[in-house]
Amino acid sequence: MTDVIAAGPPAEKPATARAARSQWSDVWRQFKSHKGAMVGAGIFTFIILAVVVGPYVWPHSAGLIDIRARNQGPSLLHPLGTDQLGRDMLARMMAGGKVSITVGVTAMLLSIAVGTTVGVLAGYFRRLDNPLMRMTDLFLALPLLPLLLVMVMLFRESLSGALGPETGIFVLIVCAIGLTSWMQSARIVRSAVLTVKEQEFVLAARSIGTRRRRIIFRHILPNVLSPIMVAATLGIASAIITESALSFLGLGFPPDFPTWGRLLFDAVDYIQQYPQRVLWPGLAISLTVLSVNYIGDGLRDAMDPRIRGR
Amino acid sequence: MLNYVIRRLLLAVPTLLFISLAIFLLLDLAPGDPMAQMPLTVPPEVKEKIRIALGLGEPMYVRYLLWLKQFFINEPLHIIANMTGWDIAGGAQRVISWQTRSPVADIIAQRLPQTLTVVGISYLVAILIAVPIGVISAYRQYSVFDQIGTFVSMIGFSVPTFFTGVLLIVIFSVQLGWFPSIYDTQLRVTSWDTFWMQVRQMVMPVTVLALFNAAQISRFMRSSMLDNLNQDYVRTARAKGLTEKVVVLVHVLRNSLIPVVTVVALGIPTIFGGAIITEQVFKVNGLGQLLITAIFANDIPMVQTLTFIFAVLIVFFNLIADVLYGVLDPRIRYD
Repeated sequence: MTDVIAAGPPAEKPATARAARSQWSDVWRQFKSHKGAMVGAGIFTFIILAVVVGPYVWPHSAGLIDIRARNQGPSLLHPLGTDQLGRDMLARMMAGGKVSITVGVTAMLLSIAVGTTVGVLAGYFRRLDNPLMRMTDLFLALPLLPLLLVMVMLFRESLSGALGPETGIFVLIVCAIGLTSWMQSARIVRSAVLTVKEQEFVLAARSIGTRRRRIIFRHILPNVLSPIMVAATLGIASAIITESALSFLGLGFPPDFPTWGRLLFDAVDYIQQYPQRVLWPGLAISLTVLSVNYIGDGLRDAMDPRIRGR
Repeated sequence: MLNYVIRRLLLAVPTLLFISLAIFLLLDLAPGDPMAQMPLTVPPEVKEKIRIALGLGEPMYVRYLLWLKQFFINEPLHIIANMTGWDIAGGAQRVISWQTRSPVADIIAQRLPQTLTVVGISYLVAILIAVPIGVISAYRQYSVFDQIGTFVSMIGFSVPTFFTGVLLIVIFSVQLGWFPSIYDTQLRVTSWDTFWMQVRQMVMPVTVLALFNAAQISRFMRSSMLDNLNQDYVRTARAKGLTEKVVVLVHVLRNSLIPVVTVVALGIPTIFGGAIITEQVFKVNGLGQLLITAIFANDIPMVQTLTFIFAVLIVFFNLIADVLYGVLDPRIRYD
């Protein structure tokens, strides 16, 4: 009998069949049934592994210039060929991916932190609601890509001088992306907080004299976690795209510091002679973003209680 | 309704003022010297005089107010004067580009048609593709067509435009040689040949932008159709004996288009921003490319004006979207 239940699709399981069902095992079961999300998670894990472990395994270094081996096509020694200075493309792809994904994740964390703070404050404290939401509207009315370009252009040199060329530009790009992308998550979190805070358990917590900070951290935040997680996942994708776009426009990381967007930008100059060099970074960006978007899609379906358990 | 529009217009004024202040302060507080590109032989005291002549010696709020006056009073006067030949502007100071030493508005007027043709046509194409796809996807939910449509639209907004653009160049201009990879803005359409050339050079940028936008619009169309298909009035229409075509294409489609129209209106300003990348890929010398060159050349008046124009577009189309929603859906009341 248990075999039959375990083999059947989750939709047919009676709700009482299992004794212990935590919320997260439910989410995981629903997530597993979303094929696209599982494939996306697999691909994203593979890309992260390749980017993190790859440089230790692969013998070539990303910065090593071998001018005699320049502009080579794919071979056993260099599976993706070499660039115009004879640097191994596979090594550069791995190094670039590390930077791109790090930027994406860090910028997402910053944007989610700002968005959640604004959303919780606006949703929980009625006095702050109007000013904070007006501010969100103002930020939404800003032309973001032009402003990002302007910010990077204006503050690049001074920050590079203060923190070193690589850390400076990293901090600048992460802050620029994070501070211009928090508005959607703030709105989502606010509306979630507004519904949660009217529920009985919050009233109960308040009536036994729980402090406001504790209500927010213990009772409200865990209950608005699912929209935050979905927004976070989708935020990684858009942060990676924004960083690549900045690099592609020549306003990202310096040339000797590869990211996927920068590799694509460098390869465009040689598009007539070596078109394959454009493909690898472009494919890597697209595949990463696609897989992250599918994970976000799956998470959204898995965490929506109206769909879950159907 | 009219009250609502007037109130929204009044509310837009502080929003725009705030945005203009933000743009002004961002550029003003940032390091970077307009004198940096002067030859080193120019002595420092001359540089100081040029700085004062450029108005950089004044305190910040004076420069901001002067900039506002230039932007909101002088420029419109000059534009009206140029269009009608009626001399009302006199010798009022215009916003001058530091790059070309000519008025910013004139350069923008030169560049606007390129952006408008490419972006406008691509948006139209996107809508024309997206609406039928959304309708069929929703009508045949979970069918093969719907699955493929979902997958393609997922790809459509996951693959960045700078990659689709470059990919199209690799395939269609490097390998096949069908289309030119660089957009020639000198081309004047005078005959069928030049018209054909214009079409050929527009195919790739329009395709890139259209794919990206169609992906989003078709998703909205699909979910909006799905919401409406299960409504009671659809059952009533079917029960009256209307043909399926009339039910779907007249009753459901018209109601489903309401949210889509607002999404389309909201998307128009972002398209100008998104077109920055596409214009850079295909070397279209439109507004986006103008912004990039101005940023690289440290041309602050140009950057301020362009960024502010983008902001005005966003605020304006937000207003249009809200008003349209009320016009199309009489259930929405503005009180």
